Amino acid sequence: MAVDMNMPILIVDDYKTMLRIIRNLLKQLGFDNVDEATDGSAALLKLRQRDFALVISDWNMEPMTGIELLREVRADARLKDLPFIMVTAESKTENVISAKAAGVSNYIVKPFNAATLKMKLAAVLGNF
Amino acid sequence: MRPASQAAIDRSLEELMSRPATKLDVAEIAEIVRGIVGTLHGDLTAGEAAVYSELDGLAQIIRNAKAEIAEIRPDEISSRHLPVAQDELDAVVSATEAATHSIMAAAEKIEATAAAVGGEHADALSEAVTNIYEACGFQDITGQRITKVVRTLHQIEAKVAALLAAFGDEIKPAKPAAPQETAPADGAMPRDKELLNGPQLPAAAISQDDIDAILSGKA
Repeated sequence: MAVDMNMPILIVDDYKTMLRIIRNLLKQLGFDNVDEATDGSAALLKLRQRDFALVISDWNMEPMTGIELLREVRADARLKDLPFIMVTAESKTENVISAKAAGVSNYIVKPFNAATLKMKLAAVLGNF
Repeated sequence: MRPASQAAIDRSLEELMSRPATKLDVAEIAEIVRGIVGTLHGDLTAGEAAVYSELDGLAQIIRNAKAEIAEIRPDEISSRHLPVAQDELDAVVSATEAATHSIMAAAEKIEATAAAVGGEHADALSEAVTNIYEACGFQDITGQRITKVVRTLHQIEAKVAALLAAFGDEIKPAKPAAPQETAPADGAMPRDKELLNGPQLPAAAISQDDIDAILSGKA
């Protein structure tokens, strides 16, 4: 099935620079319908207010971290199947294992490039 | 001299105290004191004496260490050096964030222009812009690293505060930091070394207008 390039995507990061980078890279890949949140709790609020097709989230944020957001999403009956990609500088094995245990769809370590982002998106959404 | 027994010392003291003060013999008092001292020495075994000596040595080391620590003014570390370091690091994060947004704004304009122009060069420009976006990720990484350093500085600050509390009044508080001056109060020119201040924090920096005013003699 073809990937809907107009799917609503929520990007979550406490660094405005990183939000802008991911938004621009997504735009280059053809994804224009992007919304932003600066921590897990703000993201959760948005996820419960409208439908998103994908979450791309940082890990290290306050007050709610990316892994806490992921657990909240997986525990929510309406959101539990939502694709969730972690994009983070947390690159220890234990982090990846914890994210996997929490149900992450894919994991990108910062710094990353556009090719990696495209590859991981394709792995989660299908080729586009 | 053989140490006197406790009973003998008690008898001598009772006999001495029963006499009028005018009839006390200094030699007798000295003998009793020697007996007491001898008793004291007799109570310490060789092992206890060694332990006592070691403890005395440790006490001296602690006194010396405290004197040396007081000399390096740990109060200045928490009152002056650490706050300055934290402010400088915060300024690094702010400056790199602002610079990164400027770079990205410029890249976005290039990308928009390339799309409008189209043609064979548009792809090359778009690829270059992508590389700029990717490289701008450094700000996020350095920001997180600096945040970790600031957190460590806070921990050091807490340890130094605990050290100062343990010292109590032995370390007098440092005087408030004097504002940095570029010229000595007496009007003499500062030495070259004193002019190597590095970039100033935004609040402490003078503006280009201030500089122009100084150079033109209007300040």
